[in-house]
Amino acid sequence: MHLDGVILEWVFVIVRILAIFVITFMIVPYTVMAERWVCAWIQDRIGPNRTGWFGLMQPWADALKLFLKEDIIPHHVRKVYYVIAPTLVFLPALLTMALMPWGSNLGPMSCVLADIGPGMLVVFAVGACSVYGIVLAGWASNSKYPFLGGVRSAAQLISYEVCIGLSLVAIFMQTQTLNLTQTVLYQAANGWLVWQQPLAAFLFLICMFAETNRAPFDFPEAEQELVSGYNIEYSSLKFGLFFLGEYANLMVASMLMVTLFLGGWSLPFAPLNAPAQVWWVGAAHVAIFIAKTACLLFLFIWVRWTVPRFRYDQLMGLGWKVLFPLALLNILITAVVLGLRGGA
Amino acid sequence: MTVYDAMFWFFSLALLLCGVLVLISRDAVASALFMVLGFIFLAGLYLLLEAWFLALIQILVYAGAIMVLFLFVVMLLDFREKRRWWHGNLLGWLGAPLAVAALLAALLPVLKRAGALADAPEKWFEGTLENVMTPVFTRYLLPVEVTALILLAATIGVVVLGRKETKP
Repeated sequence: MHLDGVILEWVFVIVRILAIFVITFMIVPYTVMAERWVCAWIQDRIGPNRTGWFGLMQPWADALKLFLKEDIIPHHVRKVYYVIAPTLVFLPALLTMALMPWGSNLGPMSCVLADIGPGMLVVFAVGACSVYGIVLAGWASNSKYPFLGGVRSAAQLISYEVCIGLSLVAIFMQTQTLNLTQTVLYQAANGWLVWQQPLAAFLFLICMFAETNRAPFDFPEAEQELVSGYNIEYSSLKFGLFFLGEYANLMVASMLMVTLFLGGWSLPFAPLNAPAQVWWVGAAHVAIFIAKTACLLFLFIWVRWTVPRFRYDQLMGLGWKVLFPLALLNILITAVVLGLRGGA
Repeated sequence: MTVYDAMFWFFSLALLLCGVLVLISRDAVASALFMVLGFIFLAGLYLLLEAWFLALIQILVYAGAIMVLFLFVVMLLDFREKRRWWHGNLLGWLGAPLAVAALLAALLPVLKRAGALADAPEKWFEGTLENVMTPVFTRYLLPVEVTALILLAATIGVVVLGRKETKP
């Protein structure tokens, strides 16, 4: 019977790997699609509606197009770095997906692929390494605009990473855990953290816009100044990987926001606010998690097409002079409140 | 050889290889990237020792933050070394072996105890967040606070030195 248990564990692992892979590769192209639709709607246009039913096949047509394009490697690039850079953008996003609590459990199978104790630290460590892809791409392209994009990205990511860490310290102080599943369980029992830590949630959301290089902080690829920034010299599927990586990172940001502040897979009423006992509650949890993520993705897209870009010095000023002190203040307030409550 | 041994040898040899490549790469960016790779293998060694927290912080701080700054500066300056690594001067050729010998001499007492420690019964200390941080904030509180103060002074110094004199 022991061997059966081991085999079952392996089957569960493989099933979850495949499920995460498939779901990610289904959501990411349709995020691109959603971006084009929402953008068209905001700008009072129609948007892509020709390919397939209501234009639903458009992302697959785009993917096919990228596959079939000629892969040009300009002669002036630093070749090794040029080739590995797109992978380095995409890889961290996929790694982080494995740590996300997609749901509570489906029957005997937990919905987290890697339920690591200090999961949040792992997410940070992996996320911190994601800057290399963009920086290397900018440098390896060996031309001016990509290089400027890469350098901007490095400065921006480092500045905002500090603020992310500090805004989450308050969360850890309250929940007393670094584990993502435990954070969700805490919220299922005590209410969503966005109501208890609104300042932290707000800071984290702003930093996520900066981390994913989205408008109003899309400096690494500011079209009007840098053409398209770090990925100008890339073509075909290498460009496609950058594109996918960007939206995969957006998805990771939304999932983190959902997990940490919006209650993860839980909803605040009876059968849905505790780990699932029956399979349909488990399935509902997964659906809730994906639905919440989709709402946040919409928020990201909505902001991009509504808010104009900051100036670069405004970005740095906002990061270091406004968000950073606010995050410290939030830690102080949390510490005082927790101390007075006699918790912690 | 167990899986544990195999992983230990893999991480150690890869770490050493990365270290050598950091030294002999001509390109400063390549050196910096091999250093990042080295840090990741070092984190692997920490994981084998069950020092989870140290491994994560190693990647988060060194690979994720410090080396990005290194890379940033190296790319901005864009200097290329004309000389190869074997073109060092006499001082370097004599000094390096001496430095290695001195380091080994300093490590010798530890290395001697290594065999005994490996045979010792399990008094393993799992490097979780609580286990690492509880002594830091109780027993070693004063040194930690003093270090923090020194770092704060350094930070303020950098801000003062780096400030441009603005004309009125």
